[in-house]
Amino acid sequence: MSNSALFLVVLVTAVFMVVAALCMAIWLAPKSTNPLKGEPYECGIQTRGPSWVQFKVGYYLIAILFLVFDVETVLLFPWASIFKTLGADGLILVSFFITILALGLVYAWKKGALEWK
Amino acid sequence: MFHFKQLTDWIDAMLHTYLSEGWALFVEFVIVGVAMLTVYAVLALLLIWAERKVCAFFQCRLGPTRVGPFGMFQSVADMIKILLKEIIILNHVDHRLFRLAGFLVIIASLCTFGAIPFDKGLHAIDFNIGVFYLLAVSSLGVVGILLAGWSSNSKYTMIGAMRSGAQLISYELSCGLSLMTIVILSGTMQLSQIVEMQSTGWFIFKGGIPALIAFVVYLIAGHAETNRGPFDLPESESELTAGYHTEYSGIQFGFFYLAEYLNMFIIAAIASTMFLGGWMPLHVSGWDGFNQVMDSIPPVIWFFGKTFCCVFLALWVRWSFPRLRIDQLLKLEWKILMPISFLNIVLMAIWVLLLN
Repeated sequence: MSNSALFLVVLVTAVFMVVAALCMAIWLAPKSTNPLKGEPYECGIQTRGPSWVQFKVGYYLIAILFLVFDVETVLLFPWASIFKTLGADGLILVSFFITILALGLVYAWKKGALEWK
Repeated sequence: MFHFKQLTDWIDAMLHTYLSEGWALFVEFVIVGVAMLTVYAVLALLLIWAERKVCAFFQCRLGPTRVGPFGMFQSVADMIKILLKEIIILNHVDHRLFRLAGFLVIIASLCTFGAIPFDKGLHAIDFNIGVFYLLAVSSLGVVGILLAGWSSNSKYTMIGAMRSGAQLISYELSCGLSLMTIVILSGTMQLSQIVEMQSTGWFIFKGGIPALIAFVVYLIAGHAETNRGPFDLPESESELTAGYHTEYSGIQFGFFYLAEYLNMFIIAAIASTMFLGGWMPLHVSGWDGFNQVMDSIPPVIWFFGKTFCCVFLALWVRWSFPRLRIDQLLKLEWKILMPISFLNIVLMAIWVLLLN
């Protein structure tokens, strides 16, 4: 059996599980209407203002840093899987790459991107 | 030695003798799906019970005792109860995304679950880029959590989701880099081959110091990936009620709960597959009698034994340490674990060169 077909099977299984559980719950669970049930969770008073607001920029900075280093992980994986055949040459070549990345981390560190303000 | 591969091969052969090609394939697919769902559900119930019991003993309590022996069926009762709870959809939520979030979280955890080799031939998916696949699929869960928090249109969920997003993507880097050290050592990304290569010695022994460092880094980062323990900022009860799933009720909340527990198991299972030899028994070269005794224990028992040791470690950590602040959390990842993982990759490369 090919792996891609099996992956589809797993995907369908996951979707089936959620749909089946939801259907069962909708069938079994009680339904009662009350306008107050539709209010967001708060400490007793109504929510003030919208929740979809501009958010602290620190989180976006983390996301950008993540993107940089995650793409690098993707690039390093093929190197890692054939490292044994590459030998010492592979280590020397990749150490340039890792040094540049480490410099990137040092730069972000010095710039204060890693501080939580 | 009994391997599940014999059973799966036998089923495969039986189906092909009695049915046509297409039907045999279809029946096999159904068997794979049903088996996965069963194991997934049973493990979830077991883990929830185990967590409550272990947590109780850490706090000098008894935990669940009423339903069944040692309260074993408590989680079954809870599951029935959660199915019977009303599903409340709030007035101002983004309906489509609100429903989609549960799907994404479950899909991410079940797809990762399918790639775990429980025994020889007992895995749903076995890509030749298995490690890569694990990292790719498991990061889908972040999208689900972010959607859940954002679509709920509540301030608690929004803060919880943002924290969770920052935490999950940060710790994913260390996870990936520490798994990469094992890929360097093994030279393959296929999970079944990685396990086969550990028949002569688990990678944590073969890899020496770099593998040990990678194992510790993976355990810490993996634990943070599950949003639990000292890293449970996204759902810190005292500030955010329940974090990103505050507004979910009934079975829709159940999905997040289920995925959280299963993710704990998956992280432990990957740790035991990559570092502790998966279903391979412990062998010490020279001790033939000892090796024979170890061989007589079925591989599945080995796998679950190792995995549950890792799960117990996760529970232990969770109930022992106080919660971190978000700046401490990000400092731990970016200033401590990341540089260590980078150095560790070079260290492992040197180690592999010295071995050859």
